[in-house]
Amino acid sequence: MPVHAITPDYKGDVKDRLENFHGNQIVYVGWDHHLMFCAAFAYPLPPETPFRALRDEVMPEAFSLHPEWSKIDWSAATWLLDGQPFEPQLDVALKDQGIGHKSLLRFQTPDLKGYKGAGV
Amino acid sequence: MAAKKLNIKDKYRLLTRDLDWEFSYQDRNKAFPFEEFEGIKITDWSKWEDPFRLTMDSYWKYQAEKEKKLYAIFDAFSQNNGQLNISDPRYVNALKIFLTGVSPLEYQAFQGFAHTGRQFGGVGARVACQMQSIDELRHVQTQVHAMSHYNKFFDGLQDWSHMHDRVWYLSVPKSFFNDARAAGPFEFMVAIGFSFEYVLTNLLFVPFMSGAAYNGDMATVTFGFSAQSDEARHMTLGLEVIKFLLEQHEDNVPIVQKWIDKWFWRGTRLLTIVAMMMDYMLPNKVMSWKEAWEVYFEEAGGALFKDLARYGITMPKYADVIEKEKEHISHQAWWTFYTHGHAAGFHTWIPTDEELDWLSEKYPDTFDKYYRPRWELAKEMEARGERFYTKALPQLCTTCQIPMLFTEMDDPSQTCYRDSVYNGDRYHFCSDGCKDIFDDEPEKFVQSWLPVHQIFQGNCGGPGVEDILRDYYQMNVGVDNMDIKGSPDEERWKKWKGVA
Repeated sequence: MPVHAITPDYKGDVKDRLENFHGNQIVYVGWDHHLMFCAAFAYPLPPETPFRALRDEVMPEAFSLHPEWSKIDWSAATWLLDGQPFEPQLDVALKDQGIGHKSLLRFQTPDLKGYKGAGV
Repeated sequence: MAAKKLNIKDKYRLLTRDLDWEFSYQDRNKAFPFEEFEGIKITDWSKWEDPFRLTMDSYWKYQAEKEKKLYAIFDAFSQNNGQLNISDPRYVNALKIFLTGVSPLEYQAFQGFAHTGRQFGGVGARVACQMQSIDELRHVQTQVHAMSHYNKFFDGLQDWSHMHDRVWYLSVPKSFFNDARAAGPFEFMVAIGFSFEYVLTNLLFVPFMSGAAYNGDMATVTFGFSAQSDEARHMTLGLEVIKFLLEQHEDNVPIVQKWIDKWFWRGTRLLTIVAMMMDYMLPNKVMSWKEAWEVYFEEAGGALFKDLARYGITMPKYADVIEKEKEHISHQAWWTFYTHGHAAGFHTWIPTDEELDWLSEKYPDTFDKYYRPRWELAKEMEARGERFYTKALPQLCTTCQIPMLFTEMDDPSQTCYRDSVYNGDRYHFCSDGCKDIFDDEPEKFVQSWLPVHQIFQGNCGGPGVEDILRDYYQMNVGVDNMDIKGSPDEERWKKWKGVA
């Protein structure tokens, strides 16, 4: 039973369905083992956004405050998309490489251990 | 002829059990339509033992006496400029969270118990719920009056009920209670009456009221004392509900266990904010969150669950995770507010060196390793004139609505991510506990009003963060928010104290 309600066959109103975001989809991006940022960031983006634009134009505003941001070697970074290993194609749209509404992207930079090597 | 004065026993019977009547020409099930859909089986309401040996007339008399004293102290506090006797203006920020985050929950409790008090078929339970409902309404009133004095001298207390409905982090306490009130009456009682009032309330009130005492806030201390006798009754009711449900029918046991698991988890998530207040916001500290958790949950709660074992009730699910969390959650939460200090309705700050050392001493296994480096980074940035404020909005947990700030407890430098796909949409959670709650009732939680998503949908004005804070949250931007350093609160305090 998907809900214990007094109303038979009660259906909830899906507040975050894609149509409610005026042409955008939500994409979350988190940097593993870098807790200077308390949580992954949420971005509303057109599904046609190329991955390169997300990485090079959207992400830097918030992520670049980290002292290690400028040291990232993107060719060595690894990614997870919704928990699965993922190889982003830089010039392909988000929607055309499986990055859906409310997908979570996580990236790992194993050579960078965070501020003072403490995962910060 | 003068009316005969009733003895206490007769009066008690007439004013409680005798208020019920037989349904001779109406269907009793239609009069109490909420009683069966949750699957709880009640075979005999007369087995309910009234936890409040109190009738309405003595209730009024007793409460009136208490409140007369309470308001006399508020008056004295205000006439003597009590705000000057607090330890430090940082303390008032804990009150701002209390007034915007907790007092409105007292109001929600009033509404919830009023509804529940109407819906129970047993008259004893109805009367008990109605009395608690009135208590909760009194509590919101006395809290507002206790804190109104501070509103004359400090920022951020001016629009608490509006803020409760709209501000991003206040959706956490608001949605907690909305979840309970949207449940059936029995789940509400297990959620609020038992899990919150009985198991967890000491962790809110004892630290908060002791914190007030340690920091010279006599208005709040006095409110706390005044509420204490009510809280004792509420705890008795919470325990009676559990025992009654478990004794009525064995089929109730798994349902009650599931509710205990759910509401214990939701309650501990909600108390994260209390953890943060204790460890970071009280200038004069009472005890660490970890110590409070050990005393008030592990010892007291452990004994309680041993008692309930004879009904087949076990410790709440994920109690083992929570035991590890006591080392971490206060640090993770204050860092979140510090880095979102531009978007909070209160001030934030870097702990002083003495406070950092206190934290190291209280958390020898975790603080220096995981959390002190964050504050060293914050200090470096502040010294460069670049006080750290996060520049994007955080991912939130669909169930508790807290930013996804919690880590894996066995790997505290890694965020804990969980998700579920339901009807083609993906939902994210901060923990297994929050994921389980969603998975059990997805049709309820697909409706979560997640502030970050609401902003992106254009439902909160904006689009700039400042516009949202000013126009939608009704904060005084640049006054209520930002670091305590250089805030009008701090400036005024220095002027009063004659400090340059």
